[in-house]
Amino acid sequence: MTKANIREQEAYSVFLEDFRPKRATLRNIVVAFLVGGLICTIGQGVLTFILSKGIPLKQAYVLTSSVMVFAGALLTGLGVYDRIGSFGGMGAALPITGFANSVVSPAMEYKREGFVLGVGAKMFQVAGPVIVYATLTATIVSIIKLYVF
Amino acid sequence: MQFHRRGTSTCVFEDMPVVVSAAAVVGPREGKGPLGDTFDMVYSTTLLGETSWEKAESKMLRQAVDLALAKAGLEESDVDFLIAGDLLNQIISSAYMAREYDIPFLGIYGACATMSEGMGLGSFLVGGRFARYVLVASSSHHDAAERQFRYPTEFGHQRPPTGQWTATAAGAVVLGAQGKGPRIESVTIGRVQDYGVTEPNDMGSAMAPGFADTVWRHLQDMARQPEDYDLILSGDLGRIGSVVGRQLLRKKGIVIDEIHQDAGVILYDPSPEVGAGGSGCGCVASVFAGKVWKELYEGQYKRVLLVATGALHSPTACQQGESIPCVAHAVSIVSGDH
Amino acid sequence: MPYVRAFVVGGLLCAIAQAAMDLTKANPAIIMVSAVSMGAILSGLGLYAPLVEFAGAGATIPLPGFGHTLVTGMLEDAAQWGIFGILTGGFKAVSAGLLSAVLFGYLMAVLFNPKG
Repeated sequence: MTKANIREQEAYSVFLEDFRPKRATLRNIVVAFLVGGLICTIGQGVLTFILSKGIPLKQAYVLTSSVMVFAGALLTGLGVYDRIGSFGGMGAALPITGFANSVVSPAMEYKREGFVLGVGAKMFQVAGPVIVYATLTATIVSIIKLYVF
Repeated sequence: MQFHRRGTSTCVFEDMPVVVSAAAVVGPREGKGPLGDTFDMVYSTTLLGETSWEKAESKMLRQAVDLALAKAGLEESDVDFLIAGDLLNQIISSAYMAREYDIPFLGIYGACATMSEGMGLGSFLVGGRFARYVLVASSSHHDAAERQFRYPTEFGHQRPPTGQWTATAAGAVVLGAQGKGPRIESVTIGRVQDYGVTEPNDMGSAMAPGFADTVWRHLQDMARQPEDYDLILSGDLGRIGSVVGRQLLRKKGIVIDEIHQDAGVILYDPSPEVGAGGSGCGCVASVFAGKVWKELYEGQYKRVLLVATGALHSPTACQQGESIPCVAHAVSIVSGDH
Repeated sequence: MPYVRAFVVGGLLCAIAQAAMDLTKANPAIIMVSAVSMGAILSGLGLYAPLVEFAGAGATIPLPGFGHTLVTGMLEDAAQWGIFGILTGGFKAVSAGLLSAVLFGYLMAVLFNPKG
């Protein structure tokens, strides 16, 4: 038996505490703020442009999302978005451009396994859970909103 | 019958197998690192002109084997066994490499410990007079490992500072019953150690107890002190695991700080992307086959203990909440003129 | 001024997500799932609509905006058709985002190869 018992495991985990490097949390948060803020500002620019063409607000928001998804997808295709992501962390992942990155990166990666079982099957490998839980939560919230309030 | 064993885990050779030749090939990032000029070949792209990461890795491994054979001046028919392993599922890089050679093949998996596991097994075959020459090779490819163990390569995410960067590299050595070169005097096969580390982004901490146990057993079995070695080369503990491993040994009264180096630490210049250092079967394989073998051959090192450490988990096991079992194997090598 | 508001609110949402990831050491997928669910919940509490009013793209571009759009769509249709509106309204509202993701995702996969 070379698997450590619970007591040894706990002792080892305490022992490790001294050696763990601290994450650069403050730096990461500031960078996420800047990168995320910048992406949203670009989005606002797109929105303003679309509105200036006389498109109603609701449709303009929808169109802005599509434009940003396209931008994220293209930057992923060009091999740039993974760098933005490793620099900006959640600042790059949370905007819808990051959502696009999470769809395009597996689609590209698994193309070598074919267009059906590769691209088709793996496209939502990362983004799938987001859609599943967004749908579930939204449904529950809406039902509560309808019947409780 | 007389057994060539000492202590709990160490096998010693009466006729020491010779590491006749060694070859290391690496990808562009490794080529730009501090050890860049110690490798036999540096590729300028990570795809190597192939159509997938997996094919690229297999090609790299084949290249390392070809170079090792050529440097030893041997033909395929001179080699009695080919032992190889890598990180990909079903060790495909090795199998697809082996189909190109007319040599009996043994595929092995020891994660990042594969190289010393292979050299150990190869020494048994040569030392036991079952083979004239044995080829041992192992490889890893950053992008192939990334898509298998983590995320698609173009997915943008931040690496934690404890994470390690899988090296795009391959190393191969030829072991022979005779010839010129460094000789393998003993092999210590490690036991699987699991101290309950569940975080695959912190493999150094998971592997450190395995490393410490194997080094301790080796020194006990051989009745030696760390000073008897010029270098203890661990394979891919990384910056954190190295410190933890040394500290664990210190608790047993063994101080190796001065002579210990880690392949994962010396392969790259520090950067946030690389995190705690390099990892992958190819990391320690290429550092040994490149830098360390040459220095042994030229006599700069008299005795080196190669201790490759492997984290034997899979994404499936980790997602199911399992901790990471780890193993380390030690191979003691003395320079030619010993 | 709308640009500053978009920058600050969008940046803050990302900063909160980053803080959550660094402090809990969770993987990005879990943070993204939590963020989108939080958006839906805040929307239900009536807090997200004012944020969109205030920050525009700064509130709709980050993932919580996706959860908000889903809830808004469901409730809009539900106002007309009752409970069945929940079945029809959600994906109608996010259709453009999802369709673009599939379409452009596929297109890029055809056009480009990963560079590693």
